[in-house]
Amino acid sequence: MSELRETSYLEAIRDAMAEEMRRDERVFILGEDVGVYGGAFKITEGFLDEFGPDRVIDTPISEAAIVGAAIGAAHMGLRPIAEMQFIDFIAPAFDMIVNFAAKSRYRTGIGAGLVIRGPCGGGARSGPFHSQNVESYFANVAGLKMVAPATVRDAKGLLTAAIRDPDPVLYFEHKFLYRRLKEMLPEGEEVVVPLGKARRHREGDDLTIVTYGAMLYKAEEAAATIEADDGATIDLLDLRSLRPLDTEAIVESVRRTGRLLIVHEAAGFGGFAGEIAAQVNEHAFEWLDAPIRRVTAIDTPVPYAPALEDYYLPQTDDIAAAARWLLAY
Amino acid sequence: MRSARATNSGQDTTLSELGSSDLQAIYRFMLLTRGVEERLEVLFKQGHIVGGLYRSLGQEGTAVASARALADGDWLAPSIRDMGALFVRGLDVRDMLRQYTARGTSLCAGKDNTTHFTVPALGLLGPVSPLGTQLCVLNGVALAFKQRGEPRVCMTYQGDGASRTGSSHEGFCLAAALDLPIVTFLEHNHWAFGTASRREAVVDDWLDAAAMYGVPAESVDGNDVRAVYAASRTAVDRAREGGGPTIIVAETYRMLGHAQHDAQKYVAREELDEWRRRDPILRLERVLLDEEHATHVQLEELRAAVSDELDAAVSDVLAEPEPEPIEARTRVYADATLDAPVPWTRGPVPGYERLESGT
Repeated sequence: MSELRETSYLEAIRDAMAEEMRRDERVFILGEDVGVYGGAFKITEGFLDEFGPDRVIDTPISEAAIVGAAIGAAHMGLRPIAEMQFIDFIAPAFDMIVNFAAKSRYRTGIGAGLVIRGPCGGGARSGPFHSQNVESYFANVAGLKMVAPATVRDAKGLLTAAIRDPDPVLYFEHKFLYRRLKEMLPEGEEVVVPLGKARRHREGDDLTIVTYGAMLYKAEEAAATIEADDGATIDLLDLRSLRPLDTEAIVESVRRTGRLLIVHEAAGFGGFAGEIAAQVNEHAFEWLDAPIRRVTAIDTPVPYAPALEDYYLPQTDDIAAAARWLLAY
Repeated sequence: MRSARATNSGQDTTLSELGSSDLQAIYRFMLLTRGVEERLEVLFKQGHIVGGLYRSLGQEGTAVASARALADGDWLAPSIRDMGALFVRGLDVRDMLRQYTARGTSLCAGKDNTTHFTVPALGLLGPVSPLGTQLCVLNGVALAFKQRGEPRVCMTYQGDGASRTGSSHEGFCLAAALDLPIVTFLEHNHWAFGTASRREAVVDDWLDAAAMYGVPAESVDGNDVRAVYAASRTAVDRAREGGGPTIIVAETYRMLGHAQHDAQKYVAREELDEWRRRDPILRLERVLLDEEHATHVQLEELRAAVSDELDAAVSDVLAEPEPEPIEARTRVYADATLDAPVPWTRGPVPGYERLESGT
């Protein structure tokens, strides 16, 4: 048995990459400032010394070239990890991801097993270009996989699984959790969390809350309050993977509770909650006792000032209010 | 520090490497390219081609002679007008016909058209329609060669139009920064769809547009196969020996419109007449005859053989089946259970039967 070590969400990401790079010489990382500087958030600190410049590659500020090179290397059997310094900067690589990586297997039969990862999310007072959640930009693209870990264990296990996956995986790590979230993990021990499987964070019978990423903690807080104050129990699902989506787990829960609240940090219009609601409509309409509700960010860019950003982001009280409304319906 | 502008002088030893049999082979590949495209044009008019048809008339010399400089194990990513390079790499002409006629037997299984296939065994990486992107992806192939210490080289192509994309610029930046073994042809064919290249970039000489990345760059007459081969050979050898990327500007001309639907009304007739005189196939024909690399009879036999080969290929391919409709759902992911799942419903729901039966 390995010894347990207190590990942060950020360290879990670092450990997953380092362990896979030790285990498999085909794994390498490329991105802006990942080598000499050690990554903008110091995730790859020490990597250059351990793995050398052929496997820890500093690139120009060229996200399309970063992802493009990762695709080509994947075609040659390597296992690239392309880092976006902030997930907001994935925009210049959109063409490469959507038109090249995602469609490669379908068009040519040759897949592109690569990971594109980067810090997403708000709450860090970073303004419109360092705070976004981009999952819905990519949700409509067949051929991609997408994960958004909410726990330290999942941060490690999903990244390990993503690196080993034969298809392109977008890995959204929430920067608000980087150093705030800690968990005891077995040191140096392999953790693999399969893609496409949701996790039940809290068990209950009266309402289903489906969420992912950092919103898990506000949803948990709301659920705990309601359980203590009102006595209703809440089934809280952490999706972990958005593509493939664990529709089965969502449907199983909704058929039991008859009520569904979807919570995510990205804006609502065209957001991922819409897809979940459509799936539930198709698969569990007759079990619903109330309309499906969602709590999301407001339909604007992410604002900078704390007062504005707090207003923009979904808060625990918003979730609790929507949950109570559903329970009373 | 490498010179940003190499010159093509002193290449006589390389030039002399193209003997009679090489020149005849290049001639044959050019005939094959033009012949396939002429047959595709007929098939297009007959309604056998469901999508666009993009010809490389006038540009066959650049594609064929450049690819001839590669070795087994090297990789090549064509642009849409580089079909000739694919045949040099060993592609069966039937595969090109299958692509355009959307056969189920095509390399893309009917899911994509034109030169958009990837064939690792032949070292071919397919481009996609958003231009400039294949340079970025081929960089990754070159990166893999470099990481593994393999003496292998990549070659790719982009038109003057594609070279204006951000992807092209980023691709050149990364190739230069990482010193990758990759040779890029910038095919200055004077037209990006319906826009003249002089309106895309404010340069008189497109070498100026290529010389900004700090890697060797040079211009060649793209319709002179010996010049194209010599420049390619120098660049490929340099890349193989660890000398990094090269950009070669090939001066050529797109003799037809962007695609079949484009009647090219925006092009001056005199300009076309001028470039018709520089046709790469006619030019090589004169070299072959004048320098006695081949006789009239030999060339006539070659043309007849190519024509017979293409006739047979066309009739073979037209007899091949279209893809089964259900195939539209397959091969999205490595794990087939994830391919386009059918929605779950309680009993039949109108609109879902087609998905469930897959017909």
